[in-house]
Amino acid sequence: MFACLHGSGALTALAFEFSPVVEQTGPGTVAFDVSGLDRLFGHPQEVAAAITRRAKEVQVKANLAIADNPDAAICAARGFSGVNAIPHGDEAKFLGELPLELLEPSPELRETLQRWGIRRFQDLAALPPLGIAERLGPEGLRLRERARGEAERKLVPMEEPLRFEDALEPECPVDLLEPLAFLLARLLNGLITRLATRGLATDELRLRLELETGATHERTLRLPAPSLDSKAMLKLMQLDLEAHPPSAPVVRVWLGTNPVKPRAAQSGLYVPMAPEPVKLELTLARIRMVVGDGRVGTPELLDTHRPDAFRIANFGAAKPRAAGRPAAQVRLALRLFRPPRQARVAIASGKPSFVTAEGIRGKVLDLAGPWRTSGDWWTADPWSRDEWDIALSDGALYRIYCEEKGWFVGGNYD
Amino acid sequence: MRGAVPSGLPVTELRPHIDTALAFLYKLSTGEEKANMGAAALREQFDSFLGGPLDWRARPHPETVPSGIAEIDLPRGGLTEIVGPASSGRTSLLLSILATATARQEACALVDAEDAFDPGSAAAAGVLLDRLLWVRCGHNAEHALKAADLLIQGGGFGLAILDLGDTPLASARRISLTSWFRLRRAVENTPSVLVTVARQSLASACASLVLECARDRAAWSGAEPSGPPASRLLRGIRARATSTHRSRTCSPVFTAAAL
Repeated sequence: MFACLHGSGALTALAFEFSPVVEQTGPGTVAFDVSGLDRLFGHPQEVAAAITRRAKEVQVKANLAIADNPDAAICAARGFSGVNAIPHGDEAKFLGELPLELLEPSPELRETLQRWGIRRFQDLAALPPLGIAERLGPEGLRLRERARGEAERKLVPMEEPLRFEDALEPECPVDLLEPLAFLLARLLNGLITRLATRGLATDELRLRLELETGATHERTLRLPAPSLDSKAMLKLMQLDLEAHPPSAPVVRVWLGTNPVKPRAAQSGLYVPMAPEPVKLELTLARIRMVVGDGRVGTPELLDTHRPDAFRIANFGAAKPRAAGRPAAQVRLALRLFRPPRQARVAIASGKPSFVTAEGIRGKVLDLAGPWRTSGDWWTADPWSRDEWDIALSDGALYRIYCEEKGWFVGGNYD
Repeated sequence: MRGAVPSGLPVTELRPHIDTALAFLYKLSTGEEKANMGAAALREQFDSFLGGPLDWRARPHPETVPSGIAEIDLPRGGLTEIVGPASSGRTSLLLSILATATARQEACALVDAEDAFDPGSAAAAGVLLDRLLWVRCGHNAEHALKAADLLIQGGGFGLAILDLGDTPLASARRISLTSWFRLRRAVENTPSVLVTVARQSLASACASLVLECARDRAAWSGAEPSGPPASRLLRGIRARATSTHRSRTCSPVFTAAAL
């Protein structure tokens, strides 16, 4: 069973909502395969009614015809206005009154048929096939078959444009995040369903909120792995909007996704445990809400000798590599004070003899130093310091240093 | 009933013993032997069949993971506390545990209440930093507890660490016992190891293992203390980690070497 839409509007998008096999027959004409929809809707008339309802919703103005073969449906949609369902076996009778131009014959053939006085489908359908084959050749036979509504052929399917985005305009501006979440859930569920039906997933969500003031609030969420978990994505968007709320009530919501192939990797039996990527992203978003942005991630050492030089990178799935080997011996660790504690240091014979800082007070029992370090003197942010390792009478070992601004306790050895 | 089952038999050879046990249990259920057998005799029969008395109340030993220091193994699905004063070797022990866990390719998380973690020291100790999630809580123990709870509830980490090592005792003690129970319950029956570092034991009964660190001495090299300090070096510390838990007693000594 085939349907054809002939008119104006987003015909292709409407056709794709009902079938994955859609042919762009010509400008303003789209034919599509609706076999199997009878099990969902019932009789062809009910299938036609469902398509018409949806066409009204998406403001498509078109004639609709349903027939057993695509050419009959195309001719009916082009020749009759409104909705038509051609009964099985009645194609020739149904299409009989249509003008022959709808069959789009070649100019030579059209001239010949006009000279013969053939102007309607029924005139051509009544001619004997043998005679047509002798006088008009194979093209004439094909034309006769189409005029009788008996032509069988396969549709030439078009590629569906892979754009997974949707928009929604609430009846009144939304100024709270909770009602906004309902709109987002509706958009997201629709997009995820569309992705899932095509065997795809997404690794990026793009949200654009048009505000009452005319401004636009845009957010982009990148997922660590392709996913179809709409609940986790919705929660991530909620947490992101809580951290970065729009400045004015929202009048339009637009959501786009990046379609990618789903992750098809299967974990090995002996692969060490690791958090599930999307769940981890959700957990990290929740932790960021507690501790703040930029405070959660993987430490990466910078290529410099500057003390305490690191940056925080996104924590993701580390690439599998050969099992590492920890240091053969336990290493003495340094616990840093961030920020370093300003200290007052008494000097005796050129060496620190007594140290006082916040929470630290004691006589220096043993010490080593000073160790001078400096660098970046060629930049606007140079550093230079003299470091000492000291054992204080409070029982702890500290690293103290002296720089331009004075003495500081940098941390303790533990 | 036959005698005790010899231990170490392959499964195929155990089959006759299993059949005998099933036949015995069938007789019991049908009352053939119940009538002329008291409870004590029944237990004796059962014990003899199993090869010795069973302690039915005893819990199975949890799976353990190495810490990088001989004698110290950490229980999976349990809470391990590392306690001690500053410079007692707590963090050196912690980095050793972290290095061993990352070498096993496990994902690890460190919730750092006081921003005290030094990535440079960790890298030198053999920690694979790309397998470490570092949560900096900016001197807020309450945030650290929340973050640790979220991480453990999320699951998937082989090692989760809550570092309260520099948190003032007054703040650390404000963490209620209920919170510690919640953490223990979250990690129970999972393959994760939860480690906390603090000045004193905070979780009390919730901890599966408590390691108390104390520094024996610091090792300095070079001239005497009265000599020129530029010719001296801090070589490391010698520390002792004593397990004070009822079920595990050990007191290994380890040396943390400075770079």
